[in-house]
Amino acid sequence: MAGLGGRMSTVIKAKVSKLLDKAEDPAETLEYGYQKQVELLQNVKKGIADVTTSKKRLQMQAAKLEQQVVKLDTQARQALAQGRDDLARTALERKTVIQGEMQSLDQQAAELASQQEQLTINEQKLRGKIEAFRTKKEVIKAQYSAAEAQVKISEAASGVGEEMADLGLAIQRAEEKTENMRARASAVEELEAAGTFDDITSLGSGQDDIDRELAELSAGSQVDDELAKMKAEIGAGGSAPELGEGEKA
Amino acid sequence: MVVRISGEGQFTLPDADTERLNELDNHAVAAVEAGDEAGFLDLFAQMIALVESDGEPLADDELVESHVILPPRDTRIAEARAEFTGEGLIPD
Repeated sequence: MAGLGGRMSTVIKAKVSKLLDKAEDPAETLEYGYQKQVELLQNVKKGIADVTTSKKRLQMQAAKLEQQVVKLDTQARQALAQGRDDLARTALERKTVIQGEMQSLDQQAAELASQQEQLTINEQKLRGKIEAFRTKKEVIKAQYSAAEAQVKISEAASGVGEEMADLGLAIQRAEEKTENMRARASAVEELEAAGTFDDITSLGSGQDDIDRELAELSAGSQVDDELAKMKAEIGAGGSAPELGEGEKA
Repeated sequence: MVVRISGEGQFTLPDADTERLNELDNHAVAAVEAGDEAGFLDLFAQMIALVESDGEPLADDELVESHVILPPRDTRIAEARAEFTGEGLIPD
C-alpha cells in the first residue's frame, strides 16, 4: 500500500515476501498450487514437532539441574557438619549459580510453551486456508476466463503463501530460542560436572577457572546468608561449639 | 488495509489508520535507535493495541496478502535492534 513507509513493518514484510518468493512459483500456481501447499504444510508440522522435542529436552535438563541443587545443598550440610566451612561455601556458591540459571531456563521454557501453543493454532488456521484455496480455485476456474483465473488464483495463492511464510518465521524464531537455551543449559551442566563435591575436596585451596568464575558470578551475600542459616540449623552438631541453639542436635 | 501481526493473524483496518500506524512505527524505530527500551515497548504496544481495537480479524477463508506486517507481539528491543536498525539490514 502506498504511503506506508514505517521501517519495522517494511522490514518484516520484506522478510515474509522473501520466503514467499521461494515457496511460490506462479507458473505452477494454477494446477499444482494446492498440492505444493499440502507438501509445505508437512514441513510446518515437522518444524513444530522439532520445537516440541527441544522444549522437552530442555525441561529434562532443568530437572537434572534441580537434582544437582539438592545434591549441592546436602553436600554443603555435610561439609559444615565436619567443620569445613570453605567446602560448604564452594558448594553453596555453585548452588546459587545453578539456581539462577534454572530460574531463567524455567521462564524461557514457559515462554516457549506458549509459543508452541500459538504455532499449533496457526498450523490449524493454515490448514483451513489451504482447504479454502482448493475450493476457491475450482470456483474461480469455473467462473472466469483462463487469463483472469490465473490472476485471481495467483492472488489467493499469495495469501496462503504469506500465512505459510509467517508461520515459517515463527517456527524459526522458536527454534533459535531453544538453541540459545540449550547452549546455556549445557554450559551450566558442564560447570556442574566439573564441580562435584569430590572435585572440591581434591582442589583444596587451589583455584581453578570454574572457581574464579563462580566467585564472580555468585552473589556473595546470598551465600553468606545461607551459610549462616545452615549453621544455625545444624547447630551444636558442628565441631565448633557455639552458644545458644545447643539443644537441637 | 490488511494488517498482519506476525505469528498471530490478519486484521482489516480502516485506511484512516494508515498514517497513525506509520507514525508509531517510525517513532518505535527511533526509540530502538536511541536505545530507549521503555519507549520502544510503549510505542510498539500502542501499534498492537491500535490493530486490535480498530481491526476486524480476517476470516480464515479469506486469502489475501497483507499490506502491513507487524513484528511478533513479544519482540524485545534487542531483537528489534538487530532487525530494524542499520542501513545494511534492510532487504530490497
